[in-house]
Amino acid sequence: MFFEGINFLFPNDMHVHWSLMIVMYPYITGLVAGAFIVSSMYHVFGKEEFRPIGRYSLLTSLAFLLCATLPLLNHLGHPERALNIMVTPKFSSAMAGFGVLYSFYLLILLLEVWLVFRQDIVEYARTSTGFWRWFYKILALGVYDVSEKALENDHKVITVLAAIGIPGACMLHGYVGFLFGGIKANPWWSTALMPVIFLVSAVVSGIAALVVFYQIAMKMRGEKIDQPCISSMARLLWLFMILTVTLELLEIITLAYEKAEEWEVIHTLLTNQLSFSFFSLQMILGALIPFILLMTVVLMDRHLRDPLRNTLTFVASSLLLIQVFAMRWNVVIGGQLFSKSFRGFRDYHPHFLEKEGVLAAVMLAVLPCILLVVLNRILPAFTSKTSPQSE
Amino acid sequence: MKEDKKTEIEKTDNKEELGRREFIKKGCELAFGAFLFLGILPIRTSRAGITASAEPETPGEGYNWEEHYYAYLIDTRKCIGCGMCVRACSLENKVPDGFYRTWVERYEVSERGEVYIDSPKGGREGFDPIFPGFHSTKAFFVPKMCNHCDNTPCSQVCPVGASYNTKDGVVLVDEKRCVGCGYCIQACPYGSRFLNPITRTANKCTWCYHRITKGLKPACVQACPVGARKFGDLKREDDEVRRILATERINVLQAEMLTKPKCYYLGVDREVR
Repeated sequence: MFFEGINFLFPNDMHVHWSLMIVMYPYITGLVAGAFIVSSMYHVFGKEEFRPIGRYSLLTSLAFLLCATLPLLNHLGHPERALNIMVTPKFSSAMAGFGVLYSFYLLILLLEVWLVFRQDIVEYARTSTGFWRWFYKILALGVYDVSEKALENDHKVITVLAAIGIPGACMLHGYVGFLFGGIKANPWWSTALMPVIFLVSAVVSGIAALVVFYQIAMKMRGEKIDQPCISSMARLLWLFMILTVTLELLEIITLAYEKAEEWEVIHTLLTNQLSFSFFSLQMILGALIPFILLMTVVLMDRHLRDPLRNTLTFVASSLLLIQVFAMRWNVVIGGQLFSKSFRGFRDYHPHFLEKEGVLAAVMLAVLPCILLVVLNRILPAFTSKTSPQSE
Repeated sequence: MKEDKKTEIEKTDNKEELGRREFIKKGCELAFGAFLFLGILPIRTSRAGITASAEPETPGEGYNWEEHYYAYLIDTRKCIGCGMCVRACSLENKVPDGFYRTWVERYEVSERGEVYIDSPKGGREGFDPIFPGFHSTKAFFVPKMCNHCDNTPCSQVCPVGASYNTKDGVVLVDEKRCVGCGYCIQACPYGSRFLNPITRTANKCTWCYHRITKGLKPACVQACPVGARKFGDLKREDDEVRRILATERINVLQAEMLTKPKCYYLGVDREVR
């Protein structure tokens, strides 16, 4: 154990520079990537069970993507210079890829949302009056051809876009993992597994969020929750949560087994500073319990009554959302709790009201949800004026 | 000069009454003296200029960064932990309180292998005696700063190119381009960088670039009373640092990182990271 005098930090290492905002950023982009992959289950892989949330998951992805830059802007020392990353990127830096990846993905997503909802938009432009008529006319972009042939073309393009979107989503979020994984100065971050861990846990958070959002939306609409859809999501969620937890543990087991120089500091980090957020939240509450709950749903699907299945998946998904958040926290903050001296630790307790504090983080979590409700008002995902097969 | 002349005249005026002839004579003498003095001044400075340009330390203007390649040498065996370098640095570069462009660490190692390390206020005010009961068998100070690596992890990760390597071997940050993302701070294995709370940009040691391009030494080197810090130009044939690097057993910090630092160390212990 550390001998008293040796809690030595490099004098410049007293601060945690990447705050709660940098925990929120991968959390939000993870939801973007995860929600997109769920939508692709229907749009690319043609899994009919996912149809009820095919459109809703696209809107979810868009709502979160539109908010993804906000935590970064709030964190930057000079947010007014943020566009420099787009205008004068230096491509030796992984971070410079952000502009390209983000814009590319936003473009793909906007196109896909437009195409998927195009038939509805045209219908709304024809039937609504006043302001909304103009609004939908602008959204229709002057294209009113909804003939069967045109829709078939749309469908082909959607499939291609979604197919491009999957590697796009993987890169957008794999890139976030790489930002950390490529820092050789930090042994808690520096591993080639990091992008994979981020990606798989992103899928977990995306599916989990959609299970929660879908159930809430259906409750509020007073509609029946589609059970085959919930079962399929539970199966997918179970698979991806097993993958993510395995990878997360693998990373630590490797470090522990190799017992290289950095293990000494990481051992202390895990057993002291991160003992609650890693073991209690990330591994037990967020992983072990949902694992059992989802296993029940997956293995005993036929014997479960609908409300029980709904409750089990809802609780498991909520816990997994906590798990993924805890994982982001443990990576981002955990990696900064020890000094580069490898001999000392610092504390990080975000305040409630500070600029990058708890309130700002809560607002950042709530904002995309509000945006999702608004988007769902403009482009209702669950009720189609036209035939439901139209997508 | 003019004032001196006046007071001189006034003094003589007070002593005795001055005739016109006397006044002109004295005035001429004074003017001649002044002329001599003022005349020599430019010669002296120009001569100084000539000798300076004969040495590689060229003045600020007309500075050519292709003619230099700097290196820094720290002899830990000489450091006495006085903290003069840290004070000189923070004065010279207006380093904000609580942050350090250079600092001094104290290591105390006992026979049983226990290590006590501290650097209170970066060693700025020197060091207090360590707590009783710790029997160190060896102890030493290690001054630290930006290593001005050749293979810079910090400049590499800067997304906007605000952090860059100069041709004379210095790593600098452009305050006007830095977005303050803090990625370089994460990437530096030595903890040499910090986010300046006033400018909200990344900040670090520049080897006093404003001084070295004028042929001066960095403030810390100049302030060191024992010569533990040496600054050199590897493109200069007769450079002391160049000679030591070529002939002595030197080390760099965290060599396994392959960052290729240009801060070299003499007598650094294995406990130093």
